[in-house]
Amino acid sequence: MNPPSPLAKTPLDSWHRQSGARMVPFAGYEMPIQYASIVDEHHRTRTSASLFDVSHMGRLRFDGDGSELLLDHLLTRRVSDLGVGRVRYGLMCNADGGVLDDVLVSHLETPSQRRFHLLVVNASNREKILKWIIPHLADFPTVTMSDRTELTAMIAVQGPKAIEVCNRLFSFDLNRLKYYQAIITEQFKKPVIVSRTGYTGEDGFELIVRAEEANRIWENLLLAGRDDGFAAAGLGARDTLRMEAAMPLYGHELCESVDPISAGLAFACQFEGRSFIGDEAIQEIAAKGPKQTRIGLLPEGKRPAREGSDVLNSSGKKIGVVTSGGPSPTLGYPIAMAYIDAEHSQDSSFQIDIRGKVVDAKLTALPFYKRP
Amino acid sequence: MSRDPQNLLYAESHEWCDISEENGVKFATVGISAFAIEQLNDLVYMDLPKVGATVTAGEVFGEVESVKAVSNLYSPVTGEVVEVHVELPDSLDQLNADPYDFGWVMKVKISDEASISKLMDASAYNKQCAE
Repeated sequence: MNPPSPLAKTPLDSWHRQSGARMVPFAGYEMPIQYASIVDEHHRTRTSASLFDVSHMGRLRFDGDGSELLLDHLLTRRVSDLGVGRVRYGLMCNADGGVLDDVLVSHLETPSQRRFHLLVVNASNREKILKWIIPHLADFPTVTMSDRTELTAMIAVQGPKAIEVCNRLFSFDLNRLKYYQAIITEQFKKPVIVSRTGYTGEDGFELIVRAEEANRIWENLLLAGRDDGFAAAGLGARDTLRMEAAMPLYGHELCESVDPISAGLAFACQFEGRSFIGDEAIQEIAAKGPKQTRIGLLPEGKRPAREGSDVLNSSGKKIGVVTSGGPSPTLGYPIAMAYIDAEHSQDSSFQIDIRGKVVDAKLTALPFYKRP
Repeated sequence: MSRDPQNLLYAESHEWCDISEENGVKFATVGISAFAIEQLNDLVYMDLPKVGATVTAGEVFGEVESVKAVSNLYSPVTGEVVEVHVELPDSLDQLNADPYDFGWVMKVKISDEASISKLMDASAYNKQCAE
């Protein structure tokens, strides 16, 4: 057996350690799960803003004529009509319609007017996606793919105050950047990709900078947001925030045995006038109806249902399983996302087996939380 | 009354134990150490045993949940639960500030005194936490 490969560190690693972060292994990286309290970091993101080091996310750059056609072939959303400065959420599927990854694709232009596409993939899927794409590059000889993950850092600034504070740092007025738009601006003459996207259910930005610029921009963001209570938040809060916003997490709500229709992501599939890998299988599932559906449940009481808990119908029969669950700091009660057999999607009463104790659970619309 | 953590006994699994004696019978008041509470962080749920239940040293008597994870509580002693801190599950936010007085979880009438001898004193426990 090969020895386990050592964990990678992000360019902000020593900042995290000096700031007392609790570091955990995550997708091959050592990442901060929390600095002090997950709940405090969660609330701060909802009321002010937090900084997240998300440098573990994979960043793949596509240059050359036809990169939009390659990505169009690989993704469930159309990329060929994605204008410069725009971002789109999409899925990469196998021929059976199983989800390989959920991604953000951006179309960007450098100050010297070079255009390229950027694909942000899940950290845990980066190697798999690279291997998946490489054979397809042969069909697009003018396209080059480069893995920019280790050369860059990615910082998410999330929360209602994110825009005000980020605007103090960049020459570009971020009010002009709408949700799901991205530009390349600069700070101290160094390029910064700013994307108005996120994974918390709040307004905010995701910044990509060269690895050697990471600490400076991180410190500058903290300084600029000092009076607004800006602080770093870890992956723990990122998870509770995305759960409240009912955003799927790969490995939980998404995997290769789940299709986009079951996952409730039909909006991210565009079939008309195009073809992509998995399109026929997904259209067939959409026509027949999926075998399972993703739902939101509120278990009664204070005890959270965790991933893996069985979902039962009123007669105690297992009809599904919880994929993400835990306490909701914003709402003050536990929330859970689950997949259930589609034939039970109209049921009115559900139960969850929480480690041997069966509790009633109420069906609720997703997301659990939507920003005001 | 204020418990001094230096005078308590500890289980490897981070429960503290305050031994008292009434009319020749030994009782143990049990809680969770400050170190463990800090490690668990952001507690959201606690499951208490029932009064009258039998608990066994080294075996699960309840559970505590943080935002991220579920952890079992292990009894440091063997005996019968004579009292539980019923207000505690609704006041978990106070546990951090006061783990040794407000933070008591249950009181056990000890049936097997040999179980006490396996517990650590404060200095041995602090050494374990520092490792």
